[in-house]
Amino acid sequence: MTQNLRVKSSEFIDETNRISFKFDGKTYYGFKGDTLASALIANNIHLVGRSFKYHRPRGIMTSGSEEPNAIVQVNPSSNITEPNARATEIEIYEGLEASSQNCWPSVNFDIGGINNFLAPLFPSGFYYKTFMWPKSFWEKYEFFIRHSAGLGKSPATKDPDIYDHRNIHCDVLVVGAGISGILAAKNAAKNNFKTLLLDEKNELGGSTIFEANEDNKINNNLASEWLKKEINELKNIKNLEVKTRTSVAAYHQYNYLLARENLTDHLDKKDKKNKIRQRLLKIRAKKVILATGALERPLIFNNNDRPGIMLSSAIKKYSNFYGVVCGTKNIFFTNNDSAYESALSLYNKGIKVEAIIDIRENSDTKIIKKINDVGIKIYWSHTIVDTRGYKRISSISIMRLSNDGTSVTGSKISISCDCLGIAGGWTPAVHLYTQSGGKLTFDDERKIFIPKADTKEQISVGSCGGDFELDEIIRNLNYKLKNFLNINKTDFDSIALENDHETSKRNIWLLPSDQSIGKTKPFVDYQNDATAKDIKLALREGFRSIEHVKRYTTTGMGTDQGKLGNMHALGIIADTAGVKMGELGTTTFRPPYTPLTFGTIVGRNVGEFFDTFRRTPMNDWHIKNKAEFENVGQWKRSWYYPKEDETMHQAVQRESKAARQSAGILDASTLGKIDIQGSDASEFLNRVYTNAWSKLAIGKCRYGLMLNEDGMVYDDGVTTRLGENHYIMTTTTGGAANVLGKLEDYLQTEWPELDVYLTSVTDHFATASLCGPNSKKILNKIIPDLDLSDDNFPHMSFKEVLIDKIKCRIMRISFTGELSYEINAPASYGEAIWQKCIEAGKEFNITPYGTETMHLLRAEKGFIIVGQDTDGTMTPIDLQMDWIVSKKKYDFIGKRSLYRSDTMKEDRKQLVGLLTEDPNIVLEEGAQIVSELNQKPVEMLGHVTSSYFSPNLNKSIALAVVKGGKSMMGRKLFVPMENKNISVSVANTVFYDEKNERLNA
Amino acid sequence: MFLINCPYCGERDQQEFKAGGEAHIERPKQPTELSDDEWAEYLFMRKNIKGVQFERWNHAHGCRKWFNMARDTSNDEIKAIYKIGEKPPTQ
Repeated sequence: MTQNLRVKSSEFIDETNRISFKFDGKTYYGFKGDTLASALIANNIHLVGRSFKYHRPRGIMTSGSEEPNAIVQVNPSSNITEPNARATEIEIYEGLEASSQNCWPSVNFDIGGINNFLAPLFPSGFYYKTFMWPKSFWEKYEFFIRHSAGLGKSPATKDPDIYDHRNIHCDVLVVGAGISGILAAKNAAKNNFKTLLLDEKNELGGSTIFEANEDNKINNNLASEWLKKEINELKNIKNLEVKTRTSVAAYHQYNYLLARENLTDHLDKKDKKNKIRQRLLKIRAKKVILATGALERPLIFNNNDRPGIMLSSAIKKYSNFYGVVCGTKNIFFTNNDSAYESALSLYNKGIKVEAIIDIRENSDTKIIKKINDVGIKIYWSHTIVDTRGYKRISSISIMRLSNDGTSVTGSKISISCDCLGIAGGWTPAVHLYTQSGGKLTFDDERKIFIPKADTKEQISVGSCGGDFELDEIIRNLNYKLKNFLNINKTDFDSIALENDHETSKRNIWLLPSDQSIGKTKPFVDYQNDATAKDIKLALREGFRSIEHVKRYTTTGMGTDQGKLGNMHALGIIADTAGVKMGELGTTTFRPPYTPLTFGTIVGRNVGEFFDTFRRTPMNDWHIKNKAEFENVGQWKRSWYYPKEDETMHQAVQRESKAARQSAGILDASTLGKIDIQGSDASEFLNRVYTNAWSKLAIGKCRYGLMLNEDGMVYDDGVTTRLGENHYIMTTTTGGAANVLGKLEDYLQTEWPELDVYLTSVTDHFATASLCGPNSKKILNKIIPDLDLSDDNFPHMSFKEVLIDKIKCRIMRISFTGELSYEINAPASYGEAIWQKCIEAGKEFNITPYGTETMHLLRAEKGFIIVGQDTDGTMTPIDLQMDWIVSKKKYDFIGKRSLYRSDTMKEDRKQLVGLLTEDPNIVLEEGAQIVSELNQKPVEMLGHVTSSYFSPNLNKSIALAVVKGGKSMMGRKLFVPMENKNISVSVANTVFYDEKNERLNA
Repeated sequence: MFLINCPYCGERDQQEFKAGGEAHIERPKQPTELSDDEWAEYLFMRKNIKGVQFERWNHAHGCRKWFNMARDTSNDEIKAIYKIGEKPPTQ
């Protein structure tokens, strides 16, 4: 392959380092320093993709991150494939593969191209208009939509790359390393501010670095030459860290910014190995200097999207920076002077410029005289009314503009070309400024939104602040910088500046054509194929808010977020609706500025590091004994212990029987434990639990129910009085942190007068819960000295004992209805104590059981699980737990709410037991409950909250919440399922041992 | 992401804090004597104003202390931070 489209060597391209890469399966060559876009252009390839809706051929438009068209799939056939990458940002490396997107079978022959001819069928909002009827067709539509949605293909396998995060704190962060950013960073660092300078490109210097305009001079040098010397000095400056290939994605409050540092994407395949691919920088800066520059605007005219139509500034960059010729017959179309600079730099390299079309009446700056001198034809007051060429622009038609700019007159002139540079002026890149909360103001003369105000912590300098002329940029930067950093002088105080000033301006958001708008395609959002026609249609259909027009037409909703065309969309709306642009406002600029891959966002938090998890001290024993685990909050809890080929059901049935017939043991270490001390501890418990606590004797335990202030059950657990002013509270496993938080909140804010101290001791104790009729015998073997008689150690009491010299707390409390003891040992002895129980229990066939059996056993007894049988809408009365609500206490959290008219209603959902007519059918948890089967619509009375097959009762049991359930005892209801209706009857919530005789068995 | 000046620990990242809603809503001393409407006013009604709002914050992943903040909800500017029990700033 030849690269005959290279001009004389560029200092930014290493022509000694030839690189091969593949595009759409074919091998091409470029040089180190090329982007995929510049290398493709050098190979005379402009057609790189198809547009989203109409599948129109599209080419490379820009040279930077604002690119809407040239988005490609990188490494399409591998597991590191990346969709929607901008060819203008991908630096080529040996082995790079890329392919076009949104086309089939190929970019040159795309079946979807038929959509272009069906365009009248795809007006704005066509999804909403087309896919609404008939309703039953939705599934068919969905198939079609899913296939045509999206551009690239996301990778299907795990991302093999390594990503990282880094926190950075700095005094001054400078975003953008153009001339303003470089001077700002240099002077900040020289004045002892710890400074960080970031730029998304691989080279410093912004657009000035390839500037060739001899009229722009600093200290009598070309601005680019002067800037190169400044850049050279940067590496010797202390306090200054410079990062290239680093794009700021988000700017949050209080100068917190997120940036993506790209470390290996540009390296050859072999050099990428085992290196961090991208790093997310989390930056907290004391001061931020935004020097993000400006984006060149396109012009909106009929068929303005053909391959070969490019931004004028991009053409200049390709020729001056990459040494690449975009076209051999160039035309420029402009409303300002900058196209003339591009034209002249092409001319100076010996590249042909056919003509310049300018919508202005005239201009008399130096650059225009030079263009006249070299004999390039300028068409003043003209506009392009149409373009031709399917896969590459071949010619344009121009006509004279009327004085008011709304129509064209005279005869049509046709000019052939293979490249059209468009220059619609400049849009300050205020994205980050507005993300930070900054407000914009509209400069009506220059038709730009600029930052309304700098603050003590943030300034916008250079063209992102609205300064476009060199002398203006430097002068304002100098002034702003001194104030911002509170310094007296800068090292560019007295440089000599020389430059031309633009004098003539004319702006027309939508350029007229000789054809009616209905027949034209003036693209505003190239990536989403939204045209000016679509925007006007949206306005005709009644949309007024810019945010609504955006969503209806999808303008600005592509991966480029409309960096090029959003201003025109606003302008067209303002002109059509007859409002001022400043009053219209803008759409919201949301992070990220350019797309981030998920890998960068999550960094190292993948796989086992995705979330923290907690394991109990007995965890190794559970693993050794083949426990299956379940996640409860962050805890890994043993779920059940299958033996050989047992299914979960079989294991749970076996465990449940064993616990009731002989002995079982449960790891209950995960229950929340809060140590409560202080002279007002009893009073405090009185206020936070629904029942009374003052009279609880030392050494006794009591079950407590905690409500929210709205009267709804929040948590429950057993609290033990260890001493006069000392309690230990247990909470649910999942609720521990929230309960502690809630208790601290009341203590600190509502009752600061109480003398109470709370300490979380969840992790300090391991708990083995010994349960079943033989548990007393097992405990006796472990602690022979302790009198376990009901007189000395009754139900709901506590003993502190020594087991092998280890101080343990034993509570005789039960969540299963069986005689049980909870042994609390210091965490580091947890496994030893557990092991001791297992050894002692061998002769009784002690059976370890997990959470599933625990849930089944407690359901047999009708004990609730907060969060399973309750959902934040259940009062204790709804749960039939009136017995635990003190009538005597004057107040407790949630008391008043229990007497609100709503909580006192008779027909609230109430907890009841459910028994199936066929005892072998186990209901599904969450299943709905109805009383009528033949009525439509049918009223849902409630749902099943817990459901099991009870091996001890040999039938299915369930708990459910049912409207007015308390008064339905025995009533027949139905649980309608997909294939059958299950008959059930309302029952008592306690299914097993209603008289609690087994507690003392 | 705010930078919050905890009155007990100093400047910390917002990640360490938990927001606790509107401040200066005192729990009634005698709830049983309130009408349903009065109790509902305490329980449910919040101002949610655009402008300077007094709100509760908790240094949950730090000293665990609650404190109050005056924050302009329109631009997230933190106007003042003060301890529980202290009067809100007038300006």
